[in-house]
Amino acid sequence: MRVGSRPSGQAVAGSAARPRPIYLNLLAIRFPLPAVVSFLHRVSGVVLFLALPFALWLLEQSLGTQEGYARAAALAAHPAAKIVFGCLLWAYAHHLLAGLRLLAMDLGFGLERRAARRLSAGILCAGLAAAAALAGAWLW
Amino acid sequence: MVGGALKGARYGLRDWLIQRSSALLAAGYSVLLLARGLWAHPHSLAQWQGLFHPLAMRLASELFLWSVLLHAWIGVRDVVMDYIHAPALKLALYGLVILLLATYGLWGTFIVWRVL
Repeated sequence: MRVGSRPSGQAVAGSAARPRPIYLNLLAIRFPLPAVVSFLHRVSGVVLFLALPFALWLLEQSLGTQEGYARAAALAAHPAAKIVFGCLLWAYAHHLLAGLRLLAMDLGFGLERRAARRLSAGILCAGLAAAAALAGAWLW
Repeated sequence: MVGGALKGARYGLRDWLIQRSSALLAAGYSVLLLARGLWAHPHSLAQWQGLFHPLAMRLASELFLWSVLLHAWIGVRDVVMDYIHAPALKLALYGLVILLLATYGLWGTFIVWRVL
């Protein structure tokens, strides 16, 4: 079932009895691209908040002593850690780019539907590309 | 205005401004650090420390730190506001987040100014 595929309240012959949704089923709604970008902006923000203590710990370790620096370098070389770092780099890149989109919208840019879609698609791709480039430069 | 026109806590504009300006500051610092990192490409502890050593860089790092923390406070508060409706739990979470962010602020400041 697709919610909102037809303007509500518009009577269509033969389908007057079509039941209108009485709850919002998130799995049934097809999200437009700007909604995806916006949702991931929120998700990445929460992820970055949760990552703050680990980032501070890593910074303290790596900047402190020779042993700490070696420990941080060893951690960064671990495959599982690389995946986590890669995800965090993506979260940072996406949050930054999606945030710039909000600033552009404050100034009145990217509000029209086609522009909004194109901008959102660009942000999704650019976020992934930036994360891949940064991960490639530092982690591999 | 008399009547219902003045409802709400009216902290919206201030928070909007803090959220936007802290975001711009953090974005600027990110670009600066990225450029410095790519330029210096540190491969030892001394070089890595050197990246954060100059006084201007320490001031920038400190500003970045507090920008991120203020930005995180507004963002996390908005998220909690949207999903948690029980007043006691909401207030408890606000308190926890404030405590965490303040701790991060002191911890980060310690890191910024300790660099040899």
